Amino acid sequence: MYQYDWSVISRNMDVFIEGALKTLEISAISILLAIPIGILFGLGRISKNKIVFIISSAYIEIMRGVPLLVLLIWIFYVLGQFFSLGSYWGSITGLSLFAGAFIAEIVRSGIQGVPKGQMEAARSLGMSHTKAMIHIILPQAFRRVLPPLASQFIMLIKDSSLISVIAASELTLAAKNLVATSFRSIEVWTFVALIYFIMTFSLSLIIRYFEKRLLKGEA
Amino acid sequence: MITIKNVNKSFGDHHVLTDVSLEVPKSNVIALIGPSGAGKSTLIRTINALEPVDNGEITVDGISIHDKKTDINVARTNIGFVFQSFNLFPFLTALENVTMAPIKVKGLSKEEAEKRGKELLTSLGLADKFDAYPNRLSGGQQQRVAIARALAMDPQVMLFDEPTSALDPEMVTEVLDAIRKLAKDGMTMVVVTHEMGFAKEICDEIVFMAEGKIVERAAPSKFFTNPDTQRAQDFLSKVLNH
Repeated sequence: MYQYDWSVISRNMDVFIEGALKTLEISAISILLAIPIGILFGLGRISKNKIVFIISSAYIEIMRGVPLLVLLIWIFYVLGQFFSLGSYWGSITGLSLFAGAFIAEIVRSGIQGVPKGQMEAARSLGMSHTKAMIHIILPQAFRRVLPPLASQFIMLIKDSSLISVIAASELTLAAKNLVATSFRSIEVWTFVALIYFIMTFSLSLIIRYFEKRLLKGEA
Repeated sequence: MITIKNVNKSFGDHHVLTDVSLEVPKSNVIALIGPSGAGKSTLIRTINALEPVDNGEITVDGISIHDKKTDINVARTNIGFVFQSFNLFPFLTALENVTMAPIKVKGLSKEEAEKRGKELLTSLGLADKFDAYPNRLSGGQQQRVAIARALAMDPQVMLFDEPTSALDPEMVTEVLDAIRKLAKDGMTMVVVTHEMGFAKEICDEIVFMAEGKIVERAAPSKFFTNPDTQRAQDFLSKVLNH
C-alpha cells in the first residue's frame, strides 16, 4: 500500500515557488508579445490588401494546424540551428506565436462584430480609416473580445507546461525533476495541479473584475 | 453649395442611380422623397462619399468629392451626416460622442471641444444628458446627440438620411424641431424623409425620386397640390390618403 508523505511539498516549497514564478514570468512575456502579434495579424485577416491577407491567413492556419508541442520542439531544434534562442526564448517564441494566431482570430471576430454603422459614422465625421479603427472600432472590439481573450490567457498558462520538453525551467519541469529524486509523484503532481489551478483561477477573477469596471455605466 | 452632375451608380446589374443631377444652393433645404428602393439613401450617401459612384461628379462648396486627389477626410468635416439608426458610439457618453471628432480630427483641445459640445447639446435640449451613455437615452435623444455630433465639426452642409424613421411616433417631433431650427439658421440641408408635412413646411424644394431617377422637382406648394408627373401623383395619393 502506498504511503503518502506530503512533507515532500513543504520541504521543497522553494522549488515550487520558483517554478511557479518562472511559469508566470514566461506566460506574461508570451502574452505581452502575443497581443500585438494577434492585433497585427487579426487586422491582416480583414485587410483588403491581398498579400497582407494571404500572409496573415497562412500564419494563422499554420499555427492552428500544428500541435504546440511539435511547434516548440521544431523551434528549439530547427530554428535553434540558425538563431541562438535557447530554451527560455525558444519557449517564449513558440508560446507567443501560437497564442498570437488564436488572438488574431479573436481580434478579427471582435472587429467584424462591431456594427458597420460605427465605421461609417466615424468616417462621416472626417476620421481616416486608421483613426476610426483606433478611436472607435478597436475600443468596442476590445470590449467584445475580453471573455475569449481571458480564456486564451488561461490556455497559455496551461500550455506553458509543455515547454518543459525543451528544458525550459518552469513549474512542470521543476516537478518532473523533483519526482525523479523523491519518487513522490502522487503528492507532487497533485500539488502542481493545484498551483496551476490557483494561477489560472486568480487570473480569471482579475479579468472578470476589469471587465466589470470597463463596462460600468455602458451595459 | 452642393452640385451633383450626371451621377450613375449600379450594384451589379441593378442601376440604383441613373444620370442624377441636382444643385442645392446655399441655405436651401431640399427634401428627397419617393418610394423605397428609389435610390434616395444611396444618393445622399454619395454626397459625402460613404457610397462611391460609377461616374459623374459631386462638388460640395467647390470641392469635388469623388475626385481621387481630394482628401475626403478634410472634405467630410464640412459635411455633417445624420443616420437613420443614429450610430452613436455606445462606449462614449453623449458629450464624448460630440467631442471625439473635434479633438481627434480638428485638433481642438479637450476644453474647447467640451465647451462647444455642451453648447450644442444644450441648444438641442440635452443639457442634463452630457454624461449619459447612448443606451440610457431614448431614440429621440440619441438622434439629437447624433445631430450635435455632426454639428460639432461646424459643417456648412447637413445631410439627413431618414432621421426619424427609426423613432417612436412621439419622438419624431423633437428631432424635426431640431432640424427646423437649423433651417431657420440658414444651414444648407438635404433630408431624405417620409414626413410629408415636415417636408412641405420647411423645404425650399421637393425632389421626387423613383427607380433611381429624379422624376420631379418642385416647390412644396406646387408638388403637394399639383404635381406634374403621374408617378408623383400616384405616390402622393398613396402616402397622403391614409
